[in-house]
Amino acid sequence: MANKTKAKPKRENDTAAAAASSQAQKKKRKMYDVIFFKNWCKSCGICSALCVKEIIKTDKLGAPYIDDMDSCSGCRFCEIHCPDFAITIKERYPERRHTNGN
Amino acid sequence: MLERAEIVRKEYLRHDKKFPHVWCPGCGNGIAMGAILRAIQSLGLSKDEVVMASGIGCSGRMPTYVDFNTIHTTHGRALTFSTGIKLANPALTVLTVMGDGDATAIGGNHFIHAARRNIDLTAIIINNSIYGMTGGQYSPTTPFGSQTTTSVYGHVEHAFSIAELAATAGASFVARSTVYHAAHLEEMLKLAISKRGFSVMEVISNCHVQYGKKNKLGGAVQMLNSYKDNAVKVEKAAKMSPEELEGKITIGVLADVEKPISTEVYRQVVEQARLKAEKITKEKDKDGVKRYEE
Repeated sequence: MANKTKAKPKRENDTAAAAASSQAQKKKRKMYDVIFFKNWCKSCGICSALCVKEIIKTDKLGAPYIDDMDSCSGCRFCEIHCPDFAITIKERYPERRHTNGN
Repeated sequence: MLERAEIVRKEYLRHDKKFPHVWCPGCGNGIAMGAILRAIQSLGLSKDEVVMASGIGCSGRMPTYVDFNTIHTTHGRALTFSTGIKLANPALTVLTVMGDGDATAIGGNHFIHAARRNIDLTAIIINNSIYGMTGGQYSPTTPFGSQTTTSVYGHVEHAFSIAELAATAGASFVARSTVYHAAHLEEMLKLAISKRGFSVMEVISNCHVQYGKKNKLGGAVQMLNSYKDNAVKVEKAAKMSPEELEGKITIGVLADVEKPISTEVYRQVVEQARLKAEKITKEKDKDGVKRYEE
């Protein structure tokens, strides 16, 4: 019982904070994460050339990296054009899911 | 929650095989393979009821990497092996992946006769207009005047148009797409796989290492962008004159007809013959003639 009563206010605080943050995020659009599977990438340069938002840049060796992750629109154009299955695009979830009350 | 790309990568690829694959950086074969896997995933087919057969060439490496029932056959004979598979078990979905040299040069006869017979197969022909694996010799789809290893002063022969050839030979579904239009390619593949009858899917692909370099077409990105500029949808191409269509790639469904499938007609014939034979044997029994002699 004691544990429960202790845990309750924490949860309430969290949900309130999450609600506030979700309200702030509602004004924004959905966020995405672009994940490169570097072991399979051959640095062909297709993803950086075809990116609509032009956020995929290449380093000196031609390997891709993301310049500004927040401006990814999640069109998955790079994902379906990657010949090496090296790109995954994931929808970014709010942080409360990961922290889970800690 | 797994994203779609992760599902495709984790379930449909053979991870015990050596990845990354052998194709050159930026090769269109990889994009076509991704589109095939996504089409099968969205059609909801299980891995056990799909068979992928291939011939020799760059595209012939594709069954090595996908986790279906696969067979890597001799040069040009992928369609004959697929015909046998389909006759043995008509419940299977058979995909035949071929290159342009594989399908139209050494396997040209098999290709047109498979189209004429109208067996329920899906022929996916990846057309990169050159023999890429063997060092860049010209193939039946190399455009007139282009330079290859075996045509240093410009190619003197004219090119095949695979999709029109298939439609004339009697294929029941013919479509064409390019690797730039990956989403369109996936839609076309879905239609081709779900179509009952011989369906041909021509995929215009880039070979920037052998073909693009010799003809100064640039790298993978430049070749993909040229497909974007040159591709015309079928609906739009119908309104254009032949002069305007020169050098353009018509993409979309080029032929879609309903025809009796030869394997089903063959089974009906077998059934008819069986009934007739039973009738004859019954009549013989009435006469008292022995059917079998010991």
